[in-house]
Amino acid sequence: MDELLKILQANALEPRENIARMLELSVDEVNQRVADYEMRRVIRGYQAILDEDQLGLDKVTAVIEVKVTPQREGGFDTIAGRISRFPEVRSAYLMSGTYDLLLFVEGKNLREVAGFVSERLAALEGVLSTSTHFMLKTYKRFGVLMCQEHSDERLTITP
Amino acid sequence: MNASPSLRNRLNAAVRDIPPSGIRDFFDIVTTMKDVISLGIGEPDFDTPWHVRESTVFALERGATHYTSNLGYPELRRALAGYVRKVFGANYDPQTEVLVTVGVSEALDLALRALLNPGDEVLYHEPCYVSYRATILFAHGVPVAVETRPENGFRVTRQMLEAKVTPRTKALMLNFPNNPTGAVMGRADLVDIAAFARQHDLIVITDEIYGELTYDTPHTSLVSLPGLRERTIFLHGFSKAWAMTGFRLGYACAPAELIEAMMRIHQYTMLCASSLSQKAAIEALARPASDIGDMVQEYRRRRNFIAAAFADMGLDCHRPLGAFYAFPSIARFGLSSRDFALQLLNQEKVAVVPGSAFGACGEGFLRCAYATSMANVREAMARLKRFVSRR
Repeated sequence: MDELLKILQANALEPRENIARMLELSVDEVNQRVADYEMRRVIRGYQAILDEDQLGLDKVTAVIEVKVTPQREGGFDTIAGRISRFPEVRSAYLMSGTYDLLLFVEGKNLREVAGFVSERLAALEGVLSTSTHFMLKTYKRFGVLMCQEHSDERLTITP
Repeated sequence: MNASPSLRNRLNAAVRDIPPSGIRDFFDIVTTMKDVISLGIGEPDFDTPWHVRESTVFALERGATHYTSNLGYPELRRALAGYVRKVFGANYDPQTEVLVTVGVSEALDLALRALLNPGDEVLYHEPCYVSYRATILFAHGVPVAVETRPENGFRVTRQMLEAKVTPRTKALMLNFPNNPTGAVMGRADLVDIAAFARQHDLIVITDEIYGELTYDTPHTSLVSLPGLRERTIFLHGFSKAWAMTGFRLGYACAPAELIEAMMRIHQYTMLCASSLSQKAAIEALARPASDIGDMVQEYRRRRNFIAAAFADMGLDCHRPLGAFYAFPSIARFGLSSRDFALQLLNQEKVAVVPGSAFGACGEGFLRCAYATSMANVREAMARLKRFVSRR
């Protein structure tokens, strides 16, 4: 992967001037390349990674395994696209194995998510079955550990 | 520590007369201060790869808590021989030509003690790692320094060595990529050194602990050159490329006669390297590429950043090509490197190591380690710029 993307993926707020220095490019070149990635929609957006457990939000997240019938035309993509458009669905993946789609669904509480599953998701044509698991605690998200402070145990001066 | 006069007289003369490391003294000052950004740390800021740590815990659970063979676990020596063949380009027999040690420091000590008779001279280059001169003296050798310079990229040349070699010269010590300068030696440079070593029939001790960390050109090992393997003790370890400094695990590869001699000292003084560290090393070698690749890329970005920052603030610095050190010149400020470092510490709370800690010719330079987060590097450079602009 382009090193520029690696840097942005680690910290999208890294000033362009610093990125230019790190990659030995001019700031203009860096800006141009980022703009190009944005235009080609390789870069789809920039988000903050939150430790939501700290916020005490009224929110639950469910991981839902879904078995579906692929359509004659469009295979899994048609039904997956239809499911993905619900705003409650935060992520959706096609999986190998014993089920087909894996969804991350958010709601205010258990009842709201249950309602989404039973009234909308399960009712869709082509959805054969669902299996819902609620998340209890986040230890790591997007490669960031949520559960421990990083401590540098190194001495301040070493040979 | 000051021994009372009567006890001091009973100390071994070599030990008594060696001053404590210049780093030690600076460390004592830095530790009294808060909120210091340190560019003075000669070890990676990366964590030891998790698979290595996890397998160390597993090894502990399974009871790998006993003495090992003096040379080290056979499985580890086989893995080491394979790694050195692949990465450094020399073949060693894991049965007789590989010795696992407590860090490269022990391996270096063993090599010198195994080779030197009192009065034998050892050629080495300065600025260099703080322990080289002392280790030669402890082995009753005579340290003979050649001074490397930024004009020449802090490399060693045959001419420099010819000027210092005598009939008493027994060995030549090299450390590239270099701590503290970040210098590397290319193949052409090493070919000259190899010819010199052969001509004067010297044993070469090559400390290639930073061998994986080069940023513009791949590392060339001295032992990959024709005819050098037979007269060379190759030293390497896990501290830098795998961020395993606290594991204290190094190794030496050399012809069997030399390893046998080193092992004789090792078996009586150390017995063996830590069994757990050896297990960790076996796991580390199982997948070196994935661990090291990202780390090297990150160091390269910091190197690029720090080199650009020095240029921006008008500090002369030869391009650091390896290890994780930059060695800028501060000669034009009219301060000793120690005073410069002290003022920088007091006024801007940035810790660097005075170049003089690495030998007399390190005077006028600072060692800035970029083994710290990009955010720290950035902030340190901003502070250094402010400091420099006031002078």
